[in-house]
Amino acid sequence: MSTEALDTRATTDSPPNEAIVRRRKKRPTWVAYLPYLAPGAIAFVVVIGIPFATNIAYSFQKWKGGMSPHIWVGLDNYRALLHDEQFWTSFRNSISMIVAMVIIPTLIGLLLASVLFDYLGKKFGSRSASVLRASYYLPQILPVAVAGVLWNWILNAQTGALNEVLRSLGVDNPPNWLGSPTTAMPTVMLVLVWVQIGYPVVIFMSALQRVDPELYEAAELDGAGWGRRFRAITIPQIKPETFVVVLTCTVAALKVFGPIYVLTRGGPEGSTLVPSYYSYLNFFDKSKVGYGAAVANVLTLVIVIAAGLILVAQARSERKEGVG
Amino acid sequence: MATDVISAPPAARHRRGKARWLVLVGAVLVAVAILAPFVIMVLNAFKSPLDYSLNGPLSLPTELYTKGLTTFWERVDFPQKLLNSIWISSAVAVLGTLLSLLNAYAIGIGRVKGRLLVVSLFLLATMLPQEALIYPLFTMAQSVGLSNSPWSVIIIFTVIQSAFGTYLLASVLGTFPKALLEAAALDGASRWDVLWKVVFPVVRPTLSVLMIFFFIWTWNEFFIPLVMLTTNDTQTIPVALASLQGDRLMDAPTTNAGALVSLVPAVLFFLIFQRTLTRGVTAGAVK
Repeated sequence: MSTEALDTRATTDSPPNEAIVRRRKKRPTWVAYLPYLAPGAIAFVVVIGIPFATNIAYSFQKWKGGMSPHIWVGLDNYRALLHDEQFWTSFRNSISMIVAMVIIPTLIGLLLASVLFDYLGKKFGSRSASVLRASYYLPQILPVAVAGVLWNWILNAQTGALNEVLRSLGVDNPPNWLGSPTTAMPTVMLVLVWVQIGYPVVIFMSALQRVDPELYEAAELDGAGWGRRFRAITIPQIKPETFVVVLTCTVAALKVFGPIYVLTRGGPEGSTLVPSYYSYLNFFDKSKVGYGAAVANVLTLVIVIAAGLILVAQARSERKEGVG
Repeated sequence: MATDVISAPPAARHRRGKARWLVLVGAVLVAVAILAPFVIMVLNAFKSPLDYSLNGPLSLPTELYTKGLTTFWERVDFPQKLLNSIWISSAVAVLGTLLSLLNAYAIGIGRVKGRLLVVSLFLLATMLPQEALIYPLFTMAQSVGLSNSPWSVIIIFTVIQSAFGTYLLASVLGTFPKALLEAAALDGASRWDVLWKVVFPVVRPTLSVLMIFFFIWTWNEFFIPLVMLTTNDTQTIPVALASLQGDRLMDAPTTNAGALVSLVPAVLFFLIFQRTLTRGVTAGAVK
């Protein structure tokens, strides 16, 4: 296909060509564009469509992977999930993931972006604001596995940097941050906030550039302080971006795998177990492929519902604005 | 900026004279807290284990200790992993952008029937947890002889990234100036010509942003490479680094030097393309 296409391209460089003229006569219905969609559509079906359908089929089977027999068990896997304490724990932990990856970063991000853009940028010049923005964004660009390995060492109970510092400050028995069921989850959440914070800051700052500066100037002349401008201009004006951030981060929080894998592997005692990691465990550790597939499917459903709710909320808020 | 300050009422300016420094200190403190782990990493990447246990993590190294770096470098065969990561990420960046452009051309300019359904499916695909695809993909790769091959990862990520790319580009091309297309049609240009000689030059900035995104996203991917690339010689940098965890050899300098060299490529890439990237994040945000 590509060689043919290249030929066409070569011939059109030379003056009028009969083939082209003929083609132009039978012109444009959308059908003629289908060949351009074909590679993408085929690839999509092969890499996403078929595997997803297969995964649903797996979830109705008992299968240990490899050459072992596939046994059709209907809804048994899903029924078992209902009574699986670890399954429920993993989804409860997803709420913590949403707090750490969506709620806290979005709130802090709004505040930081507004302070950088509407306050520091004006008082100290935009250069200082962009330097600060870049430093907030740095954790976002490093591979999550690298971040995990780094934090794992910093937080290591015996040899880690944090506890070394605490001991030198006279703390006798510093906590085993990632190793104890009570502290593991809050610690993981802190690391995730650190990873995530730059994303909303960058998005919100670029959103603020879209806002008409006269709005801010007029408000300033009217004597509105930063706080008032934040509530009356910043928040309503960048609502569309806020929805985008909340949507993408919620999906990411529900899907989170890498940080858990490198920081805690779901432990200790399942205190940081998340659905994606639980599914992975069933697939590759416990060889319960059907069960892992069922977990993954429930997770898919939860993600789609959460995304749907956010999109509905967005549509509703846009409509309200249209009326008001 | 400067005029802003001058035009503000003088009273207000004086009132905020000290407050602004407080706010600046606050913002800088946040930056310091975020950068601290990086600083600690750099400090300890070149510090000998003895130095570490004597002086702790916050001191400057007493001498430049490079054994951590060399241990890591040789242990994971870093050049090999670097090549694997570069090859996979570049291939996905190029192929994924190309596929996105072809899809978006048919959807945004060709306005093919059912395009809303196609875009919704693609968008849905970006939300799928990779766990819901991985086991079938794993067995499929085995059955076509692509198990443990970088190509399996390249093909998968080309499709996954282009799902997002199509969504973004289709809405960009949906607003493509009609006049340009009509003029090209009058000149007798074929659809293929229009794509490469009219559309491509106009959307090139967006395409380059997409390429950078695809490169970094693929570079940072963890789960699919972890499952698909099972031997040492095919692994990417993040997988290699993570698989060393718990290894006896991973003392403080080795861990830190490993993390340091593993993030250098990403940071370099980021610095080179920072301007394009910031623009790209914006493009993604407002669609």
